Amino acid sequence: MAVVELNNVAKRYPGSGSKGAAANAVDDFNLITRDGEFIVLVGPSGCGKSTTMRMIAGLEANTGGEIRINGRDVSQVAARDRDIAMVFQSYALYPHMTVFDNMAFALKLKKYPGEDIQKRVKEAAEVLGITALLDRKPRALSGGQRQRVALGRAIVRSPQVFLMDEPLSNLDAMLRVDMRAEIIKLHRKLKVTTFYVTHDQTEAMTMGERIVVMKDGRIQQIDTPNTLYHCPANLFVAGFIGTPSMNFLKMTLGQHGMMLTGPTARLLASPERQDLSNHRGQTLWAGIRPEHLRPTDADDCAALLTGEVDVVEPLGAVTMVQMTVDGHRITAQLDGDTRVSIGDTLTLTCDSDQLHLFDTETELALPRTHAMSTTTV
Amino acid sequence: MNTEATALSDSPDRGRKLHRRHGPPVKRLMAPAVIFLLVWMIVPLAMTIYYAFQNYNLMMPTMRGFAGWENFSILLNDPTFWSALVNTLVLVGACLIVTVGLGLVLALLFNRTFIGRGIARTLAISPFFVMPVVTGLIFKNMLFHPVYGIFSWAMRTLGLEPIDWLAHYPMLSIIMMISWEWTPFALLILLTGLQSLPEDQIEAVRLDGANRWQEFRHIVIPHLGQVLYVVVMLESIFFLTSFAEIYATTSGGPGTATTNLPYYIYLSAFFQYDIGLSSAAAIGAVVLANIFAFFLIRFVAGNLNAGGQR
Ligand SMILES: Nc1ncnc2c1ncn2[C@@H]1O[C@H](COP(=O)(O)OP(=O)(O)O)[C@@H](O)[C@H]1O
Ligand SMILES: [Mg+2]
Repeated sequence: MAVVELNNVAKRYPGSGSKGAAANAVDDFNLITRDGEFIVLVGPSGCGKSTTMRMIAGLEANTGGEIRINGRDVSQVAARDRDIAMVFQSYALYPHMTVFDNMAFALKLKKYPGEDIQKRVKEAAEVLGITALLDRKPRALSGGQRQRVALGRAIVRSPQVFLMDEPLSNLDAMLRVDMRAEIIKLHRKLKVTTFYVTHDQTEAMTMGERIVVMKDGRIQQIDTPNTLYHCPANLFVAGFIGTPSMNFLKMTLGQHGMMLTGPTARLLASPERQDLSNHRGQTLWAGIRPEHLRPTDADDCAALLTGEVDVVEPLGAVTMVQMTVDGHRITAQLDGDTRVSIGDTLTLTCDSDQLHLFDTETELALPRTHAMSTTTV
Repeated sequence: MNTEATALSDSPDRGRKLHRRHGPPVKRLMAPAVIFLLVWMIVPLAMTIYYAFQNYNLMMPTMRGFAGWENFSILLNDPTFWSALVNTLVLVGACLIVTVGLGLVLALLFNRTFIGRGIARTLAISPFFVMPVVTGLIFKNMLFHPVYGIFSWAMRTLGLEPIDWLAHYPMLSIIMMISWEWTPFALLILLTGLQSLPEDQIEAVRLDGANRWQEFRHIVIPHLGQVLYVVVMLESIFFLTSFAEIYATTSGGPGTATTNLPYYIYLSAFFQYDIGLSSAAAIGAVVLANIFAFFLIRFVAGNLNAGGQR
């Protein structure tokens, strides 16, 4: 168990120059974990998640900043001395060894006594339900079983830190949900500080105690799943977290700092947001999550988005509807029993406190004072 | 045809007919290749066995006839045959150790990235493209030669007495030549083996706490197991039949110091013109090759597997 501390960590791969700051695979990464915390790194492919993990593991040297584990600077510590276990996306099981030997390998290298190895491997195998597979070679295992062995290999060592780099992305959807729950259960039991990489925001939201959202090597936001959902720090996080993605419309804030208007759309910002007075007359990005939109007949509603429906996806519990409003694609998640068909003209509304506003220049969220006060712990 | 019929017996008749008409006649198409291969192998072997039991010396062409085991008893009582056998084993054993050892070291080096790796790799592999006779001549006249050779020049430069390699260390010289020729082969195959080792396995074993040696011992060597097997098998077969290097340099001498089995067979066939005796010796070579193929290789493969499991 450990506290991992990353201070201004940066990575520049040799040969990736000439593009300025963007050439750093990871840049200015700051994070201090709590002991036993489950941190999820999430972001689109190529944003530097794996690179960050590999720097923590010591497989890749950081070219800037420092990494501390329990206060100790590990820059000069070789990977094998860091006491970190990693679960690879490809599992990286040793193909010529049995499951037992795969799991026992690290312990044997550390010269643990034989019966101690037996005991630890048996225990880990029981936890993961792979006791019956101990004599098999990896090639005789299914994907899910290999995944378990890879986890088992990591947990028998009781390392300081677990690193998991997209461990579930090679599994089918059903198995992925099961393993997700199992990894969380395992973490509750072992309480080892864990870094978990995924590009799947659903996985991130369901698993992370805190989530680090990354883009182009830079941290966009570090927060609990709840805060990420309710108070995204910028346009990217707002669009990345949540399925389906948030809808964005470019609108102008009225002179009273209350009404947002587009060519046809109207939205009402929350009356409690006094801070908006600074932005009067400005063009802003307005963001609304699909699940916060609902159809309305009333014409007197303050918030109205009207458009012609061009996609209807009935999913049973909910019906997804897509339409175009003022040139922006709008997705709405409506009740399953809503009667709409393609070609209908639909008017949608939403509550003003579900509205997110972003500066069009900086793409940063305009702070939501009231929301912050309810979600900050 | 039988198996096809039973396999399809529960399918509709139409399907079977279609299959008959359109399915490839596998056996008939393969037949030419198989027959060719059989003739290629069986005929020479059969003729060798036939001549091994014949009195047949080209110097005395009239004294033909069935010889029984006579050729074999002459062979087994010939000290030169036994020394040729020992020489063959020494040659094969030493060359295997040198080429595989050196090839592995070079493969590990060439598997790392450094400036000029492409050129260095091409140069390292080039000895393999030199013909054995040419190799022999190059070594004899340009390297080993006690007066003009580079080796003797180097020794003189160091103030040492030059060595007449082929006269004083004939077997060592032959081993050096053959190893020079065949190390690139081992290097090439082992390098492809190393390059197919997934990076993440090395990383996993590093995180598991292995040092460089343990990494090599527990991951690289087991991974190379199959490849080593191929190298050892192919090389032992080629080393068993080494001839041109010896012919071009020592001619089996001095005395019989570098006479191996192929050279012994050559001597008895083309110097003593004793076809019967040389055929008997050839049978001996075949037996030896099979012993290699079965025992040595099983032994190596078994050891590697056991090493992987421990
Ligand atoms: N060995 C490498 N050499 C050069 N560039 C690399 C290397 N590994 C990764 N990169 C680059 O660094 C960036 C981040 O990669 P990575 O950390 O693997 O992303 P992620 O895991 O988030 O998909 C990418 O732009 C990738 O091209
Ligand atoms: Mg990655």
